Amino acid sequence: MTKIRVVIAKPGLDGHDRGARVIARALRDAGMEVIYTGLRQTPEQIVAAALQEDADVIGLSILSGAHMHICPRIMELLAEKGLRDVLVVVGGIIPDVDIPKLQDMGVRGIFLPGTPMQEIVDFITKHARSRVGSL
Amino acid sequence: MKSAFATVSGRPVAPLYTPADVAALDYRRDLGDPGEFPYTRGIHPSGYRGRIWTMRQFAGFGTPEDTNQRYRQLLAAGGTGLSVAFDLPTLMGRDPDHELSLGEVGKCGVNVASLADMEVLFDGIDLGSVTTSMTINSPAPMILAMYLVVAEKQGVGWERLSGTIQNDILKEFIAQKEYIYPPRPSMRLVTDVFAFCAGRVPRWNTISVSGYHIREAGATAAQELAFTLRDGIEYVQYGIDAGLDVEVFAPRISFFFNAHSDFFEEIAKYRAARRMWAHVMRDRFNARSPRSWQLRFHAQTAGVSLTAQQPYNNVVRTALQALAAVLGGAQSLHTNSLDEALALPTAEAATLALRTQQILAHETGVTGIVDPLGGSYFVETLTRELEEEALEYFDTIDRMGGMVAAIERGFPQQEIAESAYRFQQAVERGDRVIVGVNEFVDEDDDRIGTLYIDQTAADTQLARLERVRAARDGDAVRRALARLQEGARGGANTMPLFVDAVRVYATIGEMCDALRDVWGEYEEVPVI
Repeated sequence: MTKIRVVIAKPGLDGHDRGARVIARALRDAGMEVIYTGLRQTPEQIVAAALQEDADVIGLSILSGAHMHICPRIMELLAEKGLRDVLVVVGGIIPDVDIPKLQDMGVRGIFLPGTPMQEIVDFITKHARSRVGSL
Repeated sequence: MKSAFATVSGRPVAPLYTPADVAALDYRRDLGDPGEFPYTRGIHPSGYRGRIWTMRQFAGFGTPEDTNQRYRQLLAAGGTGLSVAFDLPTLMGRDPDHELSLGEVGKCGVNVASLADMEVLFDGIDLGSVTTSMTINSPAPMILAMYLVVAEKQGVGWERLSGTIQNDILKEFIAQKEYIYPPRPSMRLVTDVFAFCAGRVPRWNTISVSGYHIREAGATAAQELAFTLRDGIEYVQYGIDAGLDVEVFAPRISFFFNAHSDFFEEIAKYRAARRMWAHVMRDRFNARSPRSWQLRFHAQTAGVSLTAQQPYNNVVRTALQALAAVLGGAQSLHTNSLDEALALPTAEAATLALRTQQILAHETGVTGIVDPLGGSYFVETLTRELEEEALEYFDTIDRMGGMVAAIERGFPQQEIAESAYRFQQAVERGDRVIVGVNEFVDEDDDRIGTLYIDQTAADTQLARLERVRAARDGDAVRRALARLQEGARGGANTMPLFVDAVRVYATIGEMCDALRDVWGEYEEVPVI
């Protein structure tokens, strides 16, 4: 079976990477191919990484409150590059009022503090784009 | 019954401790009375009887106007010191109009781009009578320069200023990751602040060597203790290597620890820290003055322990953590607000957090006795065990060539990542219960009102930045920045150059960019 390929990224200026690193390891231990971009990635860099790595999933870790600026840009760039089928999930501190807005723009999974790692693994396993037919 | 008991750091604990566990303990050698070497029991003979800890609530959001109002409210409510939280653009040395600042202005703290913002931030607050802590690291000298110029404009002499600038770049590389320049030029900025303040701002704490962020990133208690104190050693060594007199700058070094959930382990950690630092300063650096031996520290309750679920539970967590810090002899304390897993605190939540400290100070009776747990078989054993584990890390890091070298190899970063992952796995297995998260879950969780920072703060800041740039003497700014670059290339102390640049309203982005041109930017190799 082909492994699910996940790009984990930390956009924005924030350096608190505990969540990103823990989830990256959890996904890797669950058998996925994980690429961690490191800190302070622009939306352009993240989408370029997804393209280059042939990612099925982009996982964004955002705690700073900048999600309403970063997520729309990433969704726009994915559409431009023909990567609409890449599953986008966000983990971090997301106020309730922003959740429906993020869902409307196509962010499929939104994981708040306290979410078990297994729940995220299961979600990605279930919703990652099918690779049947590719390679 | 559970088969294994361990602290939150994974340290196994026995069911009972007895005199046999402390048989080797020598009171004079290992503990001493409070105020006596090695200060295990505290640095003041009378503990909190002489002076209660400083209730210093970390705060900052939106515009300088918003935050100024919060400070006035905290001072009116009985807060006894200020503590500035800056937003990410400020912490990363970017002006609000930089592309990377998009969506970040005023979100995680207050935005300060130039002296004009600093003037508003402290408007109506007498810098001669308040003490201020400023949590900023890579741009620490720039922000300190702004504070000094505001004081000057208020007519307050620098020799009267009291407060702390965090200025701890090593833990940024290790844990919080808000770094700009590579480690070695960054260390020079740190020692420039030491040297400048020793002469000109003698009551200022020139560094707050911080374990807080190391712990929040996932370190165990022993790792927090070890990496923080080893960072402290690195700063002292760099200060000495820069030609400074250890007896002059060492007493201005302060520390900042986490107050986490494991009650006794935290108390033991603070006690071990004091003992270890006293030995480091006396035996490793041959400091002669007791003031160089004494470890003073601020504590903040553990943000990472707060839960978004059932947020009122956080009030209880914070109160217990704060009690540990007080029993451990903290000089100042920040208590987190109940809503901090969700957002920056509301005014009501921040007031409740302050009230928690006031209840501890005035209702529980714990301030009347110094080090009340001293002599406990358990606490003394834990204190010794934490010290031993931390000393092993000292040896490892010394063998690597010091903390800067260890950071360049990613050693502390990787140790912390391992601990963070182990903890998360323990939570997932249910070995670690987090009330309201993996047990005692409430399907109808309470939702509480939270603070929402909208775009207006950024708009205000962008407009002010534009006004400042239009009104200032552009040639004077260019000259000041050129002198700054020249100083950075040579060996001059950069602090007076920052002060000059600040006076003519150079922005934080301009000053940081000037040095980016000289030193370049640091990039971490991402590892998981």
